[in-house]
Amino acid sequence: MTADGGGLAVEAEVRRGTFILGVSLTAPPGQVVGLLGPNGAGKSTLLSAVAGLTPVSAGRITLAGHVLDDADRGTFVEAAGRPVGFVFQNYRLFPHLTVADNVAFSPRARGLGRRAARSAAQHWLDRLGLADLAGRKPDQLSGGQAQRVALARALAGEPQLLLLDEPLSALDAGTRLDVQAELKRHLADFAGPCLLVTHDPLEALVLADQLIVLEGGRIVQQGTPQQVARRPGTEYVAKLVGLNLYVGRADGSRVTLDAGGTFIVPDQGQHGDVLLSVRPSAITVSSQHPQPSSARNTWTAKITGLTLLADRVRLDLDGDPPVLVDVTPAAVAELSLEPGSQVWLTVKATDLEVYPRDPAAGGVSTGPGRVTRG
Amino acid sequence: MVTSPAPSHLTARERARRAARGGASRSAPAPLLVPALIAVAFLLLPLAGLLIRAPWGHLGAALSGSDATQALTLSLWTATVSTGISLLIGVPLAWLLARTTFPGQRLLRALVTLPLVLPPVVGGVALLLAFGRTGVIGRYLDAWFGLTIPFTPLAVVMAETFVAMPFLIITVEGALRSADQGFEEAAATLGARRMIVFSRITVPMIAPSLGAGAVLCWARALGEFGATITFAGSFPGQTETMPIAVYYALQTDPNAAIALSLVLLLVSIVVLVSLRERWLRGGSIS
Repeated sequence: MTADGGGLAVEAEVRRGTFILGVSLTAPPGQVVGLLGPNGAGKSTLLSAVAGLTPVSAGRITLAGHVLDDADRGTFVEAAGRPVGFVFQNYRLFPHLTVADNVAFSPRARGLGRRAARSAAQHWLDRLGLADLAGRKPDQLSGGQAQRVALARALAGEPQLLLLDEPLSALDAGTRLDVQAELKRHLADFAGPCLLVTHDPLEALVLADQLIVLEGGRIVQQGTPQQVARRPGTEYVAKLVGLNLYVGRADGSRVTLDAGGTFIVPDQGQHGDVLLSVRPSAITVSSQHPQPSSARNTWTAKITGLTLLADRVRLDLDGDPPVLVDVTPAAVAELSLEPGSQVWLTVKATDLEVYPRDPAAGGVSTGPGRVTRG
Repeated sequence: MVTSPAPSHLTARERARRAARGGASRSAPAPLLVPALIAVAFLLLPLAGLLIRAPWGHLGAALSGSDATQALTLSLWTATVSTGISLLIGVPLAWLLARTTFPGQRLLRALVTLPLVLPPVVGGVALLLAFGRTGVIGRYLDAWFGLTIPFTPLAVVMAETFVAMPFLIITVEGALRSADQGFEEAAATLGARRMIVFSRITVPMIAPSLGAGAVLCWARALGEFGATITFAGSFPGQTETMPIAVYYALQTDPNAAIALSLVLLLVSIVVLVSLRERWLRGGSIS
């Protein structure tokens, strides 16, 4: 019926009280589309609309060409009738059912007999390595096990679309990476499209093939995870990936920043409104005016704050432009860096990433023009 | 001027308690302690009186009268049947009140729970006016089917259901309101239609409250007096339930009245204990 094969197409507006989510997106089969955004951006609302738990107020949602929800024509497929598997944020495993019965729930609810449902459940339990846990109740599972059971339960209904709402957020840091790697394998085996809500950039980078950044109910950036990470379109994304982000006007090799100062950049013929990002570790700090060097950009700044991160110290600097810089603890001691110190900063032109500003995104304020910690 | 307070005596045990749990003195001031003790005495002395005056020597004889056995049997089965009816029609109503919205819902909720505060005898009069031989509905039952409800065991069941079902309804409705509906949403996304969600997810998850509500309902039905005697009368073996039997026995054979009361007290204690366990278990789940 439509060109997107088994894919999901959402072109819809969802109203929840005063909040309005307006999105247009497609998710092709076999792809994991990561939905990244701050709390209240509308990520969960979007999943809820696709699952049929919240009707759209305008527009339509189709899956493999079949209409799931169409506000104009009044068509609506109830949640129970949608071929969708949903892994909820806190899993929502039924506490009164065993793991096996949880996983058998969907086949049974979709019309299989008791025995057929049980064997369907067994298949998924085996496949996700849960056979040993079949008789346990959800409160006897670790976080990682519960996550796998939730995935098995969603997959056992043989859905054509998978929805994952922050699937790893309930896990502690230790098990997170293991479960994440495992989840990646299972998602790779899944034939249909998959929407994955997250606010963890690392999770998005590892698990998603495509990223959609939602802010305030609108899509502000989309692209591959690599593109989004290298060229953040908004302050929120820049913060997540830990980059300094500036708004400016480019004129060949010069970019004048709204936040003050001018950077020399590799001339790629840019003109007009641009964004400029730079890694905090790409900037060099000196306590005296540096010797002339190959670094093309030098400016002075005053330290307003120091934060000890895992293996480095993040300096908060006020200058033209203000910036975050990462240095080693040894450098802090050697250069006697402390709040109030005046320092010189240098950065090579090749370390500056300059790219056109998407007016549609509009998420970068022109105020301080700077991004804080990552 | 500061007056230094007189030191009081602190036992070693009290010192240990305060050290372990913290907090200052826990002794109750007299204006609170005295009324509290009066309340305790008021609640417990009558029960003590019942136990003291009980004809322990010939309990068996007092209870073996055929009236007593009949009354007990009638009470047990009518209370059980009315609890069953309450479950069948009260739980769906509780679901409707908790999970849907419709015009006049608040008013309906108020009306449905009215029997909780209505004097039971008024309930009996109302039942009589509705289902009596010349009642609003009763006259047609009589004319069309030759069915006369008042002063039959069916009337006992109806009176008990009328008075006791609201206990079940409000307990279950409260449980439904406070239950996490996320599980029901999850079930829906797994392909479960509403009736399957209700039977496989909703009901099992509110099971502790459902049990507590049913026990409360049963206990209330068992003790029903006013509505029953008004609507069903007191024919031994037909409509004379335990509370009614106690009331009449007191006038003719006080020993039998006491013995019957002891039986009801025992049943009440069993109910209370079973409720406590349910509530404790319910608490440990949530």
